[in-house]
Amino acid sequence: MAKELIMDIKDFSFKYAGAPKPSLMNINLPVYKNKITAMIGPSGCGKSTLLRSINRIHDLYPNNEYTGEINLLNIQKNEFENILDIKKENEFIKLRQRVGMIFQKPTPFPMSIYDNVAYGLRLSGLKDKNILDEKVEKALKGAAIWDETKDRLKESAMGMSGGQQQRLCIARAVALKPEVILFDEPTSALDPISTKAIEELISELKEFVSIVIVTHNMQQASRLSDFTAFMYIGELIEYNKTDKIFLNPKEKLTEDYITGRFG
Amino acid sequence: MNRELIFKRVAFSSATLILVLLLSIFIMLFVSAKPAMSEYGLHFLVESNWGKIVKIKSDKSKAISQKTKRSADKSDDLFADEDSPMFSDQTMPGNDQSEQVVKTKTIYGGFVPIMGTILSTLIAMVFSMPIAMGIAVFLSEIAPKIIVKPVGIAIELLAAIPSIIYGMWGLFYFAPLIQKVIGGSQISLLTAGLVLGIMILPFMAAITRDAMNTTPDVLKESAYSLGATKFEVVKDIIFPYAKVGIIGSVILSLGRALGETMAVAFLIGSVFKISGSLTSPSISIPVVLANNFGEADPQMMSALFYLAFILFILSFGIIALAKFYFLRGRR
Ligand SMILES: Nc1ncnc2c1ncn2[C@@H]1O[C@H](COP(=O)(O)OP(=O)(O)O)[C@@H](O)[C@H]1O
Ligand SMILES: [Mg+2]
Repeated sequence: MAKELIMDIKDFSFKYAGAPKPSLMNINLPVYKNKITAMIGPSGCGKSTLLRSINRIHDLYPNNEYTGEINLLNIQKNEFENILDIKKENEFIKLRQRVGMIFQKPTPFPMSIYDNVAYGLRLSGLKDKNILDEKVEKALKGAAIWDETKDRLKESAMGMSGGQQQRLCIARAVALKPEVILFDEPTSALDPISTKAIEELISELKEFVSIVIVTHNMQQASRLSDFTAFMYIGELIEYNKTDKIFLNPKEKLTEDYITGRFG
Repeated sequence: MNRELIFKRVAFSSATLILVLLLSIFIMLFVSAKPAMSEYGLHFLVESNWGKIVKIKSDKSKAISQKTKRSADKSDDLFADEDSPMFSDQTMPGNDQSEQVVKTKTIYGGFVPIMGTILSTLIAMVFSMPIAMGIAVFLSEIAPKIIVKPVGIAIELLAAIPSIIYGMWGLFYFAPLIQKVIGGSQISLLTAGLVLGIMILPFMAAITRDAMNTTPDVLKESAYSLGATKFEVVKDIIFPYAKVGIIGSVILSLGRALGETMAVAFLIGSVFKISGSLTSPSISIPVVLANNFGEADPQMMSALFYLAFILFILSFGIIALAKFYFLRGRR
């Protein structure tokens, strides 16, 4: 099976506004199509910062500084485009429709289950009720939550359990048919059973999208991912196939971390 | 003795004190307003005369008998009939020769100040709500950090200015300006309402901003991650999320506007008249109260208390509504 790149991060450095030193230094990281790439490392090493650079969410806040390239494959043109060049609002919107994001805590909007899933679709200009219904159903099925929600689509999403809410958020992202979905510790606020459901969902999703997942749970990284990047204090220490990282790490630091000697 | 228990008792009695206070104010208002209530009944709400003296021709003997009857049984009917006034039965001097006596009675009605209060408050709300929302959205979502702080502080300072200063400023600077732009009288319902609106504006903007700021960043980021624009995030995420707080801020501001005395007193004109035009002078309940307590006879006093009672009910109802919303939001 040929490995195809969807994203290529080159020499990326990032400094928060007003921070004394950069939070990311010279990161080089490939992301392969329809694979799961995990980012692990101790708390504060810059995993979220890197993840949030990939859909330019940082740009909601002013004066952050960054250099390097984050190249994303434009599938129609079959060429890479550096998303750090984006400046216009409509281009940001397009980027974020192509690169979805799921957060640590579920973030249902204060509206009905149906409207949550339809939200992004409506923003993109879709109005036809029948097509919306169809896409919402498909997304909920894709997020393995259709059976639980089909009879209560008009109810508020705030009444669901945490695990259901997280799957709803995944459905909401999936509905836009993104090329990449970014997960930032998506199960750290959930119970073991919900965690298992989300993990199963993520491994099913990679058939359709490429996935980058941040986790500080090493079992999760080894169970789920195809590739793993180990980060430490703003640097990418080691990147390889997941089994190589976990069975045969090249760096001492990586070995110490995955054997639980620190972190 | 158990400290826990003492603490509980103290807390309990403080809470009770508040209830007792509320109840005693209510009862005081009610009892003082009772004579006017029995005299005018609900007709008070639609009667637009205030302090109008009407003459009543009647038999002296009848008048006396009525008077004694009145004092004999004080069980008052709510809608007292026209020719049995309670207080100012007075014999006009100088017509001793005739058997006929000219009696007068004074009619008090609350229609004008009630309408004045409602209209000036309405003008204030219509004027201040959109501006307050705009300021709040600007401060919580749009403005760069360097602006947010000083503007935020300025707004809090504005909210702290005593209302009498708003009244003076309104009278000497704002009203002439409005007159130039819109025409009509400087002293009017409109200028009073606008100054009232300006007075509650910073208060409403500050609370609305605080409510909007409670929207978690991740929620906004989630919407942006689905391709939302700033406007869409404000409309679809922040407003619905902060809805309860925003409604609360509006209702609290409304309560403040209803009871405001000084800012309105300077501008409304204190004229017992309500005309079709908003640019003519009128009067509001708090202004009637402030102006008239000094020289009120018992009958007028009771009418004033009746007005105060109505204001109390209005404000109380609005705050109760606010609390209802806040509580519902907590669930
Ligand atoms: N908004 C911010 N402003 C300034 N520094 C930040 C901000 N967010 C995170 N940091 C810093 O950047 C570093 C990386 O943080 P983060 O990416 O959240 O780590 P991780 O997700 O790996 O736990 C930390 O040192 C953190 O203190
Ligand atoms: Mg993190």
